[in-house]
Amino acid sequence: MTAPHPTTPPVASRRTMLALGTGALASLVVRPAAATPEALRAAIAEFTKGATAQPGRVRLDIPLLVENGNAVPVTVRVDSPMTAEDHVRRIAVFNEKNPQPNIAVFYLSPRNGRAQVSTRIRLGDSQIIIAVAELSDGSLWSAQAELIVTLPACAED
Amino acid sequence: MARPLVNVPARARPGEIIEIKALIAHPMETGFRTGPDGALVPRDIIHRFLCTWNGQEIFSADLFPAISANPYLAFTAVATQSGTITFRWIDDRGGAQVHSVEITVA
Repeated sequence: MTAPHPTTPPVASRRTMLALGTGALASLVVRPAAATPEALRAAIAEFTKGATAQPGRVRLDIPLLVENGNAVPVTVRVDSPMTAEDHVRRIAVFNEKNPQPNIAVFYLSPRNGRAQVSTRIRLGDSQIIIAVAELSDGSLWSAQAELIVTLPACAED
Repeated sequence: MARPLVNVPARARPGEIIEIKALIAHPMETGFRTGPDGALVPRDIIHRFLCTWNGQEIFSADLFPAISANPYLAFTAVATQSGTITFRWIDDRGGAQVHSVEITVA
């Protein structure tokens, strides 16, 4: 007999599922820094000159499910007034599993009015994308997105 | 390099934030692919992009092989005075493609 056990109350199984769900979500959100590969960490450290970027102020707009990894639209926005006293100097975008961890570095100034850059990138695999912004006061902020790629770039090689 | 495609409004009010879009035809050969003979195809990408407004740099970018073929960049700028916006793409072969557009700020 493969039918569910009749004595198991449905409420208990729902509770179990909810607990499992919450656990899975927590493990997705809280990602230890040790899980990021060495090359990615080295590339970010080179950009930040060894300093640590704190999460926040940066928004990474990228589709979470990518059909074609050859051209994935990305928009990076940083919450900044872009004035002479307080603006974004640089934004770098990194990936986890392409042959190279770097994607691009953008140089901004108060002349941009808004801290917002869009481009299209290649992704060789389902992976994590990280954007790091350096502000005029030297502080570093970051955002990351984990996405799934169904047709990776360079798959036809 | 091929002819670039640039989208800049022809007119803007002083202080207005305008969106600038720049696209150029380029294979952005990564240097990680193998050719028909099994050897690696040498890298040939646009590694640097610059945008100046009346000679003053307003935006630039370092690009890596992870940027898609026919690189597209969109960014914003505060319209200050009428003049020329110049775009410059520099590739691994040392070639530079320069494109300019006029903008009227009034």
